[in-house]
Amino acid sequence: MLAIVDYGVGNLYSLASSLKCIGVEHAVVSDPEALRRADRIILPGVGAFADAARKLSESGMREALLEEARNGKPLLGICLGMQMLFDRSFEYGEHPGLGLISGEVRPLIDDIAPGLKVPHIGWNRLDILRDDPLFKYFENGRHVYYVHSFYAKRCEASVLATSEYSVPVTGVVRSGSVYGTQFHPEKSGEAGLRLLKAFAEMGEGAR
Amino acid sequence: MISKRIIPCLDIRNGRVVKGVNFEGVRDVADPVEMAKFYNDAGADELVFYDITASVEGRGLFADLLRDVAAQVFIPLTVGGGINTLDDFDRVLKCGADKVSVNSGAIRDPSLIGRAAKKYGDQCVVLSMDIKRVDGSFHLFAKGGREDTGIDALEWAKRGVESGAGEVVVNSIDTDGVRKGFDLELLDAIAARCKVPIIASGGAGSKEDFARLFEHEGMDAGLAASIFHLKQLLIPDLKRYLRQCGVEVRL
Repeated sequence: MLAIVDYGVGNLYSLASSLKCIGVEHAVVSDPEALRRADRIILPGVGAFADAARKLSESGMREALLEEARNGKPLLGICLGMQMLFDRSFEYGEHPGLGLISGEVRPLIDDIAPGLKVPHIGWNRLDILRDDPLFKYFENGRHVYYVHSFYAKRCEASVLATSEYSVPVTGVVRSGSVYGTQFHPEKSGEAGLRLLKAFAEMGEGAR
Repeated sequence: MISKRIIPCLDIRNGRVVKGVNFEGVRDVADPVEMAKFYNDAGADELVFYDITASVEGRGLFADLLRDVAAQVFIPLTVGGGINTLDDFDRVLKCGADKVSVNSGAIRDPSLIGRAAKKYGDQCVVLSMDIKRVDGSFHLFAKGGREDTGIDALEWAKRGVESGAGEVVVNSIDTDGVRKGFDLELLDAIAARCKVPIIASGGAGSKEDFARLFEHEGMDAGLAASIFHLKQLLIPDLKRYLRQCGVEVRL
């Protein structure tokens, strides 16, 4: 069973529907025990970093999530959920993340060419830098849907794919069994469903 | 680079698509789910659902259809029509909408944009405007374009973005239905004042109109309804043409 972490941030309807569409058994979970029972975990998130990080702690899910990830259970962070995997974020101040992937989250506006808009909203090509089982069903160069104003930096060792927005925007990261996508696979049409399908098969046969 | 978006707009009354005409392969052209799937398969980058129902029953049907669409179509969904309060935002977001477009509701209560942006994030709030030339300047119109508010539309757009609107939809009443191209003069004036994505609406009659639109700086998306519904322009053909013209699109 795949667990979608519910910690009161954002709407999980589309994500749950997309998993249902590709036939992945899943549950929206809000208690640590259910998280421990899951085979795989998706950490979603929209909104502000500090608020989401606080809610994750308050929900009691943070420790369980860290424990499960360190035990090698496949974890996928989406959008803000991906940003929270890093050491820290500089979204309106400085806030600690989960520290599961080395790197930090910085404002796009500081780095992109003048005239480009923030938030980075819309469909952008995903360029794969390093092949990975996550891309098993995904064709290099397909478009995926982004909505964000901050992005992951100083995480070169874990970057699997980027999208060009005058700078290479970190699109997919991986460290061990911990994955993150800055874009929304559940809103990226067929291409996004293919990534979710590959993630849902992670760890199969390994245990 | 980020690609230019092509967005069909579906008007909904009492849970059914209005003006869905002659769709080959679509069994029920008035069924929003069938239409949404058709456009998703055709390569639409986003869908806009505009609820033109006034009744409470109609609102309920709209919520149901939205849930059905969001359960089967996995591209961004924007919802507008009858959005006057934060409760209205909540109502449609819970049904799977990704963005909410406000029009008359923001005219009645300009603080709505800021409050919604604070609660749901800028990316969620789309300011939609119906604009028409009156005595040489651009006026903002309310109530589906029927009522001149007397408000300067360019100033309104600027203020809306400053309040937290993450995107703007610019619908030109002057070019709407004329099918001789988007209102580029108006769109340029908006682009000079708003540094958020601009969705152009009103006037698309051919693929060349879209190509001309995207030659203009600051234009992120083209929205149209009947030209797509009547199949006078097919989205895959349009996108292939735009790519030939050097416009970045998702194919």
